[in-house]
Amino acid sequence: MPPGHAARTEGGQWPGHRHFGRGPRRWGRWHHGEPLRRAREDRLVGGVAAGLAQRIGRDVTTVRIIIVVAAVLSGGFFAAAYVVAWLLIPMEGAQGNIAGKALTDRRGLALAAGYGSLLIIVRILISVFRVGWLSSFLWPLALVGAGLILIWRNADEDEQAMVRSLVQPFLGLTTKSRWTGFVIRLTVAVILLAGGVAALHSAHENIALLTPLAGVALLISSIVVLLGPWWLRIARDLVVERQARVRAEERADIASRVHDSVLQTLALIQRRADQPQQVIALARAQERELRSWLFDGRPPGSIGEAMTLAGGIRLIQQEVEAQHGVAVEAVTVGDCALDEDLAALLAAAREATVNAVKWSGATVVSLFAEVEPAEVSVFVRDRGKGFDPAAVPADRKGLAESVRARMARRGGIANVRSAPGEGTEVSLTMPRAAATRSQA
Amino acid sequence: MTGDARPRVFIVDDHGLFRSGVRSELGDEVEVVGEAEDVAPAIDRIAATAPDVVLLDVHLPGGGGQVVVTAMKQSHPQVRFLALSASDAPEDVIAVIRAGARGYVTKTISGAELVDAVRRVAAGDAVFSPRLAGFVLDAFASAAPPGPQAPSLDPELDQLTLREREVLRLIARGYTYKEIARELFISIKTVETHVSSVLRKLQLSTRHQLARWATERRLA
Repeated sequence: MPPGHAARTEGGQWPGHRHFGRGPRRWGRWHHGEPLRRAREDRLVGGVAAGLAQRIGRDVTTVRIIIVVAAVLSGGFFAAAYVVAWLLIPMEGAQGNIAGKALTDRRGLALAAGYGSLLIIVRILISVFRVGWLSSFLWPLALVGAGLILIWRNADEDEQAMVRSLVQPFLGLTTKSRWTGFVIRLTVAVILLAGGVAALHSAHENIALLTPLAGVALLISSIVVLLGPWWLRIARDLVVERQARVRAEERADIASRVHDSVLQTLALIQRRADQPQQVIALARAQERELRSWLFDGRPPGSIGEAMTLAGGIRLIQQEVEAQHGVAVEAVTVGDCALDEDLAALLAAAREATVNAVKWSGATVVSLFAEVEPAEVSVFVRDRGKGFDPAAVPADRKGLAESVRARMARRGGIANVRSAPGEGTEVSLTMPRAAATRSQA
Repeated sequence: MTGDARPRVFIVDDHGLFRSGVRSELGDEVEVVGEAEDVAPAIDRIAATAPDVVLLDVHLPGGGGQVVVTAMKQSHPQVRFLALSASDAPEDVIAVIRAGARGYVTKTISGAELVDAVRRVAAGDAVFSPRLAGFVLDAFASAAPPGPQAPSLDPELDQLTLREREVLRLIARGYTYKEIARELFISIKTVETHVSSVLRKLQLSTRHQLARWATERRLA
């Protein structure tokens, strides 16, 4: 394989490269002369590097390394440039860039401005203490932070998940480990303390101690009096924001569950209107499911807690074959116990399988699951009609919401490869929370 | 098989209905030279008709498909076996392959695909269904390399190369050889070579888990 292919073929087939979800080869090809777009499939962070690599026809890894090195050498300014590019360059297949949406997001602008002003105040304080090397990092930091706030508020859902996972460790918000959060806070505090002590010490040699300190104290208090209430409001807004987001996610979860079960059943009932027995059976089954979800808190179509991944795949196979009369060829390699993440993976796999059965027109659908120490991958493949992924309207519920967003909410990745006449393959990858591999 | 002659096929299955089903699905593409429903008559009639390919059910009343394969291996080494079955435990399938079958397909296979599989086996290639690919990946991944009680004679036989794993994984995902070749930027011939090499490892490896499966079927 010529080295020039690397950008398009990264992942999957190279020894050691096993990130199925992130970067499999696309069936579409890149035409020179098209406007620069951020890559949807190949991205590590915002897809800027992958988009750029495709545009100039270079290896994506090289571009990434150049960006990281430039960011370090320029004292962070290149990182800021990256975030600005993220804001300004539209994602492939999207209508506009994030900046366009962000301009109409007044609260987001206020948040970004508040954050920026905080850092600028810190910079002024630092210059008072004459610790110049620190302040050089603050401008890019202000830009990066403000940009990420705007992206977080205005990007697609799966991009938001990406920003969250980037930012979380720094804010110490991770619920998984309080200890990590504490260590990060402690490190930051120690660095600040050391900087402060050093600054005070250098000031002490020159002038009397009290005069500059009093001046600084006065300055700080004046700023707090001036801007304090505003910052407080911003902090409150952030909390409200988080709660609203949690509620929105819950709503999305309910919507996708109702779609998976109730709407699917209604569609089936319409199709089999001439077979009363089947209609009754379908309605009964749906009623049971809905009741158990509403009153016992057990989600419909959910897979029992004691079940393993292979068992879940078998269940999907049986259910889909029974309901839709299309053969599902299920193959699993390895097995492990289910947790919430993997249950979400199975729900997405089920949805993808049902989609393939309903829309592809293929007589057999392949369902392959592989459990590896670090991640679990599921592939749903049919050799049916296929479609042009770029031509699907963004509001089409099934694939967009039930599969992609459901995976993104749990930190997984979903990829769809399809072309008219070539069939469709949906690949789903979920990282494993606990690397406890149980063997059959 | 020589030239474009139709492969001569023999069907061994204990269900008469299934035998006639396969016969009609194969149609005129192959020449069905005989049928048998049990181990003993199968061995006799295969020896008499000397077919190119035997379609063999994994589960047979008189001792399982691998008994037929083992019996024919000495007297008629040119007869090739393709295991065909509805749903089986991995160890049964692996045992038939280790006995000498050139491939394994499930009964859900379409008529055209079955004809294609028969041709491949007749030409000396290996035929892996998605399920067999899954079994093999599992077998080579799950067990530790051969322990001290079964020292490996040839370490190369005990593990799959990265490329072989890639090929098996794509087979398990439902890709045809042609699609795999395009996906991996290799020729179809190379895909066939990889699959044959996996088959060889499967049959010759002394890897503990594989050997144990075979021993349990008294074949080692």
